Amino acid sequence: MADVTAPPLREFPVPPALVPDAMAGSRPYVATEKMQEAIGFPGALVDDWHDKAIAKMGELVGKYRSLRVYLDACMHCGACTDKCHYFLGTGDPKNMPVARQELMRGVYRRHFTLPGKLFPALVGARELTKEVLDDWYTYYNQCSECRRCSVFCPIGIDTAEVTMAAKEILDSVGYGQKYSNEIIGKVHRIGNNLGLPGPALEDTLLGLEEDVKDETGADVKFPLDVKGAEVLLVTPSADFFAEPHVDSLIGYAKVFHAAGISWTLSTHASEAGNFGLFIGNYEQMRTIAMRIREAALELGVKRIVVGECGHAWRVAYSFWNTLAGIGSGADDPFARMLQSQLDHNYRQPTHICELTWDLVQKGALVLDKEANDHRVVTFHDSCNVARASRMGDDPGGQFEIPRALVRAVANKYVEMRPGTTHEATFCCGGGGGLLTDELLDLRVKGALPRMESLREIADLHGVNFMATICAICKAQFTKVLPYYGFNRNMVGGVHQLVSTAIRLGAKQ
Amino acid sequence: MAAFFAGLFYLAATVLVAGLAVRIRQYAGTPAPLKIPTTPAPTTRGGVALRLVREVVLFESLFKATLWTWLFGWVFHAALALVLLRHLRYFVDPVWGWVAFIQPFGVYAGFAMIAGLAGLWARRFLVDRVRYISTPSDHLMLALLIAIGASGLAMKYVAHTDVVAVKSFFLGLMGLQVRHLPADPLLALHLGLVAALMLVFPFSKLLHAPGLFFSPGRNQVDDPRERRHLAEWAARLDTK
Repeated sequence: MADVTAPPLREFPVPPALVPDAMAGSRPYVATEKMQEAIGFPGALVDDWHDKAIAKMGELVGKYRSLRVYLDACMHCGACTDKCHYFLGTGDPKNMPVARQELMRGVYRRHFTLPGKLFPALVGARELTKEVLDDWYTYYNQCSECRRCSVFCPIGIDTAEVTMAAKEILDSVGYGQKYSNEIIGKVHRIGNNLGLPGPALEDTLLGLEEDVKDETGADVKFPLDVKGAEVLLVTPSADFFAEPHVDSLIGYAKVFHAAGISWTLSTHASEAGNFGLFIGNYEQMRTIAMRIREAALELGVKRIVVGECGHAWRVAYSFWNTLAGIGSGADDPFARMLQSQLDHNYRQPTHICELTWDLVQKGALVLDKEANDHRVVTFHDSCNVARASRMGDDPGGQFEIPRALVRAVANKYVEMRPGTTHEATFCCGGGGGLLTDELLDLRVKGALPRMESLREIADLHGVNFMATICAICKAQFTKVLPYYGFNRNMVGGVHQLVSTAIRLGAKQ
Repeated sequence: MAAFFAGLFYLAATVLVAGLAVRIRQYAGTPAPLKIPTTPAPTTRGGVALRLVREVVLFESLFKATLWTWLFGWVFHAALALVLLRHLRYFVDPVWGWVAFIQPFGVYAGFAMIAGLAGLWARRFLVDRVRYISTPSDHLMLALLIAIGASGLAMKYVAHTDVVAVKSFFLGLMGLQVRHLPADPLLALHLGLVAALMLVFPFSKLLHAPGLFFSPGRNQVDDPRERRHLAEWAARLDTK
């Protein structure tokens, strides 16, 4: 692995000077033959990759309006050029969103537009050579699909759509990325991204029950595969044993306990994450989402609740209704089968923050804010929650509800600098299927903008806890915070704070 | 010369209209299988319409992105709109009252348009990031627009052309008659460049104009939990 270095924090947030090819050497491991074939992709780069890739591009342009419009409509205005955290952290011009798109747009122009066929040099059209294909692999694996650029694009062009299409094309010619594709294999084979089998999960949950009993004296349960439970909780598998994730899982369990809501986890759907999103593959994303539907039908639950996970919430909120009929308002038989079982007095699916906030507003929880007084808290908006989903009934609820919840359980709260939060939030640097060790240098550099605003309020206000609602953010920050001189334990979940403040057994 | 420009404008108008129609049909006919509005997004169709109006009229997203590009870009587009409306006087007889009213403003808009374009072009040289992403066609497009504006202004301020004859020419074209067109080099240049712009429009980045209306990031309603959104090809998977 290349040296991992954190760039110096900038005194003024001006865009860096261009450093061509600064990150040309940053590439994730290529998926092995076994991993590729396990999820239906060619094992290795196929001989006729060029023709296959162009044909696939044609297919995708016909299936996705987003891709077709986005490849046509860019006027190179440059609005996005200084918006990507990977560009800000590396200075590599190919990490400017427009330049990243251009890697594919050049090939699109050459093969699918008249000027590109007639005057390729004039309009920046390029043939898909092996070098270009390698560039795709390198730089589409330096995009976390966080959509920050799309906020600022006057046309709304979303680089994530282009990156996903590129990964889909790469997979289809046998040039897949190990980290994402291996995990997708695991979720099919075992039921979760971490490959935690049913019995191990059961053990873990029993251990958590004992821990919480020791700590609080309350019999907080972590039920698994309970038929007839009201709520099916689907949460990222990292919540089962990774630090600090597990503290949020304990928080959810305490909330259910305190509110007297019967709930269950599922071994079949022991994973909220859906890496089918990261590789842009509709069928994979659908198959993975179908596990939730199957578990919900099997267990007969009335409500489906999603734990703290950014991209999982995007898939759940925005796509589950489409992919697997999990939601409301459908009249087709496939979706009705599940939707007639669900209780539509509740949002389907519900984010755990929505559920807890509703309970707080109803006064159903006893909260001791002073229990969090050793913490000065800030909130990091996770990209997929901020720019690709919603909570509550109003646009922007995805910002207000987690903040309201944090303020309900902690006295000391500080916002980070405007322009780095809400819809303009910076990605943690580890999303989109990049949370793998061989990309650590990229991840550290990509965290720069977030680290700068954290440093500012840590110095000014003594902030010592950054709450977030994403398993990837938590894992990424735990890893990269020390490179910027922070304590790795200063990141944690919103329900970790809830867990600290909630008082069990005192009510009623 | 009149015959040449008559032919050219019939061709250019046909290519522009047919080319755009084909593109728009293509965009409209391509499915959008997933809900992907950039959030926070409106939760109603009316809200989406308002979002698009703000993007089209105010360039809201660009304003959030970079003030200079917004300033130059907005001034150019707004001025261009005014200039185009001013040119309606060549195509309607009698001239509508409001078109007559905006005539003086349209002249100033000509200068504003060139200033905006010059600012946009300067960025392509002065800002290293924008220089990196600029292709020859980006420069040519700006040159073309500036040349159109400059040749138009030159006819107003340097060498007048017989605008009455020009109007008669275009009214004739609209009635499928080829009438006299002044043999004026500036006019020939101006009209030739405008025809060129019309010809390249449906094949170039100028497609950002229709593209905005078809951008799922901007035109989708944020209601995926309340309604099942299903593309035809995706619906087939349900019955497999």
